[in-house]
Amino acid sequence: MALMKFAPEALKNLFMKPATKMYPNEEPVYPEGSRGHVKISIDDCISCGMCVRACPNGALKVDRNAGTWTIDRFDCIACGYCVLKCPKKCLFMEKGYQVPGPEKKEDTYTKSPEVLAAEEEKRRIAAMKAAEAKAAMEAKASEEKKG
Amino acid sequence: MGKRSVIPFGPQHPVLPEPIHIDLVVEDEKVVEAVPSIGFVHRGLESLAEKKDFNQLVYVAERTCGICSFQHGMGYCEAVEHIMGLEVPRRAKFLRTIWAELSRIHSHLLWLGLLADGFGFENLFYQCWRIREKILDLHELTAGGRLIFSVNKVGGVIKDIEGDKLDTILSTLDEVDDELRVIRSVFFEDRTVLSRLKGVGILSKEQINDLGAVGPFARASGVRVDMRMLGYAAYDELSFVPIVSNDGDCYARCFIRMMELFQSIKLIREAIGKIPAEKDLEVPVKGNPDGEYFMRLEQPRGEAFYYVKASGKPILDRMRIRTPTFANIPALCEMLKNTEIADVGLLVLTIDPCVSCTER
Repeated sequence: MALMKFAPEALKNLFMKPATKMYPNEEPVYPEGSRGHVKISIDDCISCGMCVRACPNGALKVDRNAGTWTIDRFDCIACGYCVLKCPKKCLFMEKGYQVPGPEKKEDTYTKSPEVLAAEEEKRRIAAMKAAEAKAAMEAKASEEKKG
Repeated sequence: MGKRSVIPFGPQHPVLPEPIHIDLVVEDEKVVEAVPSIGFVHRGLESLAEKKDFNQLVYVAERTCGICSFQHGMGYCEAVEHIMGLEVPRRAKFLRTIWAELSRIHSHLLWLGLLADGFGFENLFYQCWRIREKILDLHELTAGGRLIFSVNKVGGVIKDIEGDKLDTILSTLDEVDDELRVIRSVFFEDRTVLSRLKGVGILSKEQINDLGAVGPFARASGVRVDMRMLGYAAYDELSFVPIVSNDGDCYARCFIRMMELFQSIKLIREAIGKIPAEKDLEVPVKGNPDGEYFMRLEQPRGEAFYYVKASGKPILDRMRIRTPTFANIPALCEMLKNTEIADVGLLVLTIDPCVSCTER
């Protein structure tokens, strides 16, 4: 009888476990590769700013001098384009979605003092070398003028 | 003849969450004219095309619609690929086809659930959405997102579906197939369902052709129009025949979408069987697009147009999207004439309206 087509299914539902999960009491299970949120391994970052230029939403900021990488989690659309563009592969997509919050705030990650000091040292040596090269060029130019 | 009065339908209405507004001119209980108006959720996505890089725009395009997001991303990418003359690797084409058909299943199940809710069959509504959940889990497993895939890029796809995941898709589709058969018999044979759907909102083939309707809505009236016949992505290598009905009523629209679910399952199985083993997923993209192209593709709701115009710069000159709901609204207004006011909610639902992608 056509009218009773759904009765077995309805009866089955009476004895089945609920199809839904009791979130947030029950932890959700995400599969591998789920695009939840962006994570950074900040000490590997070279502050090149490729991610900032790639982000379609302008959610990222990089400060090379301060050694920081900042993300506005509420602007991020978790598309993964920054992860694709990162030349050092120090950005990852992690499981677990952005949790809601009462205010819109940014997450800032700062490089460890050792990495910052090493970068500072590199910059100092590079600046010294550049100054030496410049002085040598100027000396050569003045000698040529005299000669 | 009774006195004429105007009853507003929407923009908020219990039958659908989409903000469409229709002024219904009624005489007694009969609708004599329907005047639509849209523009409640305009987001200006097309003008974003003039501000973003053409690679970034993939992520904007797929956010046009939450339900057919994959096909929006694919339509845009294929349009740019045609302009740049890129030949996408075969595996990427097959992956696109598999994802497109998976999202068609989820969209049609969503619609069937809403239809059941629209005529008051709550239990059927829950059944449809419970099955849909399995498809959404497949989306998350393969692409990383439940609704927004973000796997397309100009020149191919970003992610691969490995062998074990393809097996998971096949086994889940077997389960879904069994559960769909129960639902199909209810939609096709249950007396309560038939009494609300049979013979309601009939449109003839000529009316559909005159008003330019597309998608399952047009196929339900006997118009053999399906963009998958053009053979974009990997459809040219699959045995695809559009499903057409001649009844033109709400039941026929339900029939078309229900049968397309089984057809999509068949197409995915066939695509997984034929998917090439080579692992190339993308071709390198050099330079900027220069030229223009019209891309036509079949979304769950019907034919979508993607017009892309570029002039050798990273930022496009123009991107225009014509979504299927936009094409279906004139036919909807014709269909609403001479119907009972109690059927209006159901009739609006049968074109599967997606107003936020109509307004972009």
